[in-house]
Formats: sequence, C-alpha cells, structure tokens
Amino acid sequence: MAVFTRGFGGRRPDSERPVPPGQYLTDDFPVLSIGPTPNVDTSTWQLTIRSEEGAEHRWDWAALQALPAEDVTADIHCVTRWSKQDTHWRGVPVDAFFADVETAAEYVVAHSFGGYTTNLPLDDLLDGRAWVVTEYEGEPLEPLHGGPVRLLVPHLYLWKSAKWLRGLTLHLDDEPGFWEQNGYHLYGDPWSEQRYG
Amino acid sequence: MSSWHAAQVVRTEPLAASARVLTLAVPGFAGALAGQHVDVRLTAPDGYQAVRSYSLARVGRDEVVELAVDEVRGGEVSPYLVHEARPGDRMEVRGPLGGYFVWRPHDGGAVQLVAGGSGIVPLAAMARARAAAPTSDAPFRLLAAVRTPADAFFAKELDSTEGLTTTWLYSREAPPASTRPPGRLTLDDVTAHAFAPDVGARVYVCGPTGFVEAAAALLVDAGHDAARIRTERFGGA
Repeated sequence: MAVFTRGFGGRRPDSERPVPPGQYLTDDFPVLSIGPTPNVDTSTWQLTIRSEEGAEHRWDWAALQALPAEDVTADIHCVTRWSKQDTHWRGVPVDAFFADVETAAEYVVAHSFGGYTTNLPLDDLLDGRAWVVTEYEGEPLEPLHGGPVRLLVPHLYLWKSAKWLRGLTLHLDDEPGFWEQNGYHLYGDPWSEQRYG
Repeated sequence: MSSWHAAQVVRTEPLAASARVLTLAVPGFAGALAGQHVDVRLTAPDGYQAVRSYSLARVGRDEVVELAVDEVRGGEVSPYLVHEARPGDRMEVRGPLGGYFVWRPHDGGAVQLVAGGSGIVPLAAMARARAAAPTSDAPFRLLAAVRTPADAFFAKELDSTEGLTTTWLYSREAPPASTRPPGRLTLDDVTAHAFAPDVGARVYVCGPTGFVEAAAALLVDAGHDAARIRTERFGGA
C-alpha cells in the first residue's frame, strides 16, 4: 500500500529525457569526498596500471597529453540522488591505456590520491564507455571535482568515477572498494537503482 | 537496510528561522550510528515521489528518527518539511545509511568536530551520542561556524553538553560580547580553538562544499593528518 504524504505536491522534471529511478535533476555540481581535497601536481602525477601478475605500465602528464583525447558529453548520476544532464568533459578513452596490457583479470580497482578506492568490472572501462578526463566544461578539471585527472564512467553511479586518479590494479576477483565496503553496491547501475549492497 | 519503512511525523519544533526538528515514528527502524543519514521519500497524491537524504540529529532510540532540516530555498522537499509537514503526516524512511562519517562510542580518543551552518546536524548527533555513552571519556571539541547567533542550531544544549567544548564562530553578525569580528574561519581560529595536531584527534568536518573545502585545507595547514580528517559536504561548487 502506498504511503501518501499530505500536502506534498512535488516538482516534475522539465526534461523530456528519462532520469534513473529515484534521481532528481540539478544544474549545480555537488561535491562528495571522504576527506580533504588532495593537492596533486601535474609535474609529479603518474598513472600506473598494474596487472594481476604485477606487470606495471606508467604514464606521466606528458605521456597522457600525447594520447588521443576526445570530447565526451554525458549524463551523470550520483547515488546521493542528484543527476546532471549534458555535462561536457575531455579525456582519453580508457581503452588507450589497455592497448598493451596483457591480462586475464576481469576486475579493476581504481586508486586515488588520498586513499580512496572503487572497484569495477574491466569490461565497464572498455569499448569507449569510460575515460581518463582532464577537462570539464572546457576548463582544466578543478581539484574539487577530481583534478587534475579523474576517471569518468558515466553509465555507473558517480562514486565509481574515482577522483584524483593515480592507479588501476587488475584482479581475478571483484575486490570491494571504499564505498563498496561501506554499504554501497558492488556494481552500481543507476538504471537498476543499485545503490546499496 | 534497503527496505522502506512507513514513517509518521509525531512532533515538529522550530530550530531557526528556516529550520526545524522533525521527529518521526518509524516502526522497524533499528537505530543508527551517530553521523549516519537516512533517505526520506515523499509521495504526492498522483504517485509522484521525491527522495532526499538527511543526517540524523540524534541516534540511540529504536523506531524513532529525529531530523533537523534546513530549508534550501526553491528546493522541492525541504520547504515542505520545514513549513508544511505536521504531526500525523506520513512519509517513508530508508536507512540508516553511510558507514564512514560515523562515531562509535567505543572508538575512544579525542574528537574534533568542525561544522559549517546546518552541517552541525550529524556532529550534534555525535556529541549527543558521546554524552549518552557512560563509558566514553573521549574529549570532544566543536568548532561551529554560523552566519549569526540566530543560526546556531542546538546552541544552548551544545554549550552545556558534558565532555564537549563548543566554540561558535560568526561569519556575518556576532553577539555584542564577542571579541572576534565576524568573518570566515581562519587558521588562527583553528589553532586557537581546535585540538592541537599532536593530540591526534579524529576530525569530522561537515557543511556546505565551500566551507568544508576551506576548513579541511586549514586543518591540514595547521598540521592535522589528512588521513584522520573525515568530511561530508553538501551543495554545489
């Protein structure tokens, strides 16, 4: 039986595009982070991919700039229930980083400066569905929003799009990351409303 | 944790000009840790639903949820909760949620709370949980930044809570007796009123995004270990 709330009218979304269940649209860009915003300097920044065998591949800022970047327009969905449509980013598809990585692993843990982690299936990072981004709305990505470099995986809840990205490690098993150990869903599909574990 | 509980408003109390406390009876709600939040779902007569998250202002009572809601002007849900909802009204609650921005009575050690505006709500829940835990002798300090004295939630209670030392910092208008001119949180405020870094306090910072960014940076500048600072932000940037 539905529980109706007397006197509540609510506001219907203006957008004709559907929003995932339980989400509302905002023009704002709320910030959710577990601690202080780390200072990450592009002169010392590195991204490391480590395979399940321990083989490492590294990119510094110059190597990142040398990879082919593309513009990305995406709707983003935060588990705290805000969604934002038509956000514009610029970054390198994650596929580019995996071109020479040999692995039998099916799972990835993304690691951030500051200690944050989040887990994803490798397939969700490939085939042009995820990016390593450095610009937001035409400007260098602000530290507040994960700059200089963050992951962008717009088809999953935004906690999967790790800010201040510094590494991706490959795993044979799905290893829960920070929020996944703190009550949130292992996968996090907004359209299936996979919020909590 | 993932099912919705039917909830009924049992009491509302004014808290500030644009904020109030709502106490909900929630059969089946099994209690929470200080710092946790719940999702609140409202359903309009045509079935339209809206959900928002609110921090719990007090924990420790089963089947009771106490929220302190600050109105977001032009918002969809908070104006209803602050101005319209009254005892007997029904809604739904899910939770408790969030396992990181929490304080547990057995955690031990000093605790530094830093609040901006209505960010004081989950921190008040921690101070109340500490006062209610007879075994805890953890020293608590609260640095609470508010616009004016009228915006200081729970001021009387927090000024006299056992084990807690509260310092109010006013950004727009200070009480006449105050020697500190109104203004934003500064490094001097942090060094004067917060625990020194060598105490090794756990630090919880909650407030609007801009406040939390500034406060967390000042705490790091003052020498606090970034790994011991937990933050919860709300609003855009």
